[in-house]
Amino acid sequence: MFSLCAFTAVAAVFSITLYMIANGVPAIWQVGWKEILFSSVWQPVARDASFGILYVILTSVVGTFLAVLLGVPIGLFTAVFLAEAAPAWLAAVIRPAVELLAGIPSVIYGVLGMMILNPWMYCLEQMLFADSLTHQFTGGANLLSAVIVLAVMILPTVISISEAALRAVPPELKASSLALGASSVETIFRVTIPAARSGILTAVVLGVGRAVGEAMAISLVSGNSVNLPLPFCSVRFLTTAIVSEMGYAGGLHRQVLFTIGLVLFVFIMVINGILSGILKGERQG
Amino acid sequence: MKKKHEDRMNRNEKGLLAAMILIIGLLAIGSRGNDRQGSWGQSDRSTPLRGTVTMAGSTSMEPIANALAEGFRNRYPYVMVTAEFTGSSAGIEAVLTGSADIGNSSRRLRPEEKAAGGVEHIVALDGIVIVTDAGNPVRELTKEQLSAIYQGKVRNWQELGGQDRAIVVVGREAGSGTREAFEEYLELEDQCDYANELNSTGAVMARVSSTPGAVGYVSWDVLNDTVAVLAIDGVRPTEEAIRTGRYGLSRPYVMVTKGKVEEQREAVREFFRYLESGEGRALLEKTGVILSDSQ
Repeated sequence: MFSLCAFTAVAAVFSITLYMIANGVPAIWQVGWKEILFSSVWQPVARDASFGILYVILTSVVGTFLAVLLGVPIGLFTAVFLAEAAPAWLAAVIRPAVELLAGIPSVIYGVLGMMILNPWMYCLEQMLFADSLTHQFTGGANLLSAVIVLAVMILPTVISISEAALRAVPPELKASSLALGASSVETIFRVTIPAARSGILTAVVLGVGRAVGEAMAISLVSGNSVNLPLPFCSVRFLTTAIVSEMGYAGGLHRQVLFTIGLVLFVFIMVINGILSGILKGERQG
Repeated sequence: MKKKHEDRMNRNEKGLLAAMILIIGLLAIGSRGNDRQGSWGQSDRSTPLRGTVTMAGSTSMEPIANALAEGFRNRYPYVMVTAEFTGSSAGIEAVLTGSADIGNSSRRLRPEEKAAGGVEHIVALDGIVIVTDAGNPVRELTKEQLSAIYQGKVRNWQELGGQDRAIVVVGREAGSGTREAFEEYLELEDQCDYANELNSTGAVMARVSSTPGAVGYVSWDVLNDTVAVLAIDGVRPTEEAIRTGRYGLSRPYVMVTKGKVEEQREAVREFFRYLESGEGRALLEKTGVILSDSQ
């Protein structure tokens, strides 16, 4: 009975993998993998159709990287604060807030981003590009908005996992550091964080996974045009490429969307591989 | 202690098992219930029409498909009418492969789809309207100006007699029937340079209404006060102008069958009769679409 239930997840992963490969591979043969991965022209319904997703892949990579760059320091310092410095009453406010942040549906992030963040971005865009003749104005729906939304969305993951890792650092380590005359800030940066390294890395990798896989929120704030990922350009991520065109796609176009899904799937697999590598290293170390 | 623990495990397991059996049992009863409904239909001689009508296709046609399905069900309670909204192309494909009776399409059939046996029935017309944010003083564009905007040749409203404000070009995603009709009208297939490619009419409305300087295109029947409507070449998109074709930017709502209507099952034939009846047309009119004169 229990083993039957446990097998459900395995069966699901297995069938998804099989399905993604079965549906994603035919288009690769038909269009050519070089054409898909390294061409930057995405015109799926043109008479002379072109299915290049280079910009889409780049956007996912750059967008995720920037989101992590922005989200991880904030998350890590919040975790340090919660684990080391926060008075009990303040921690009692921050922790539920972080947990709540994790529970908010991604579409809410998207709608708020669209209603609040985008207009701000548009003001900024108008100031920065006031004299530009070539800039395409996006109304604030750009890479930067998506990065900010993603950074906020990965915060709960980063905070809760790094906090747990920081708390697991033996108190003797900190005590000896303090006894040797190091200040508490030095102790945090030189002793506690290095000691919690693998846990924090896990947090970062899981944050990357969350950011790569997010679709709903960023489809609302990123503008969804296929462009080179520059901060004030409207961009399309791997996930939003699937979401935005699946509804009406037919034939080869639909198959290429599955191929995009396969690329995303490979990304996630690689991230999971890195994660299990870290966990393994931790167990050995 | 250990024994007790095992006991609890056992009880839990039994509880789970019982719950599963219960669920399976309920499912079985549920499907039995459906069967019975079917046999009631058979025994009832006063309602001769039975069967199913399945529709699949355009999301733009969702309001009219749902209204027709509901109206038809009220008339013929023993006919199951189901509608899925998977997009025009997917709907046509579903009809041609036989997995649906009617394909809803917000574009005309392509030659290869006609060759595969698709027959189109134009049910209504939908105007495509150019909208800007409500604060924009520009109220009229020529077709050439519109082309220039969507190709990225004109980037400021000042060049079109408006304020000094950047133009934010909003459109729909590749594959959308609205986008196809719009680009076909401007003869700009796949040459448009969009700053925002959104995947629903509602998203376009939200983006345009909240972004100063934005321009977009939406279906005629979703218009509201949050956006301003532009005339094209001096013609405003009114119901009359769309119906007579004076306002050229419109597209048909098409219901597609495989083979002629006369070759369909009885329930499907009756559905098309209903569509052309006074009741069906009144229903369509209520959803806000424009009935074509040809009907």
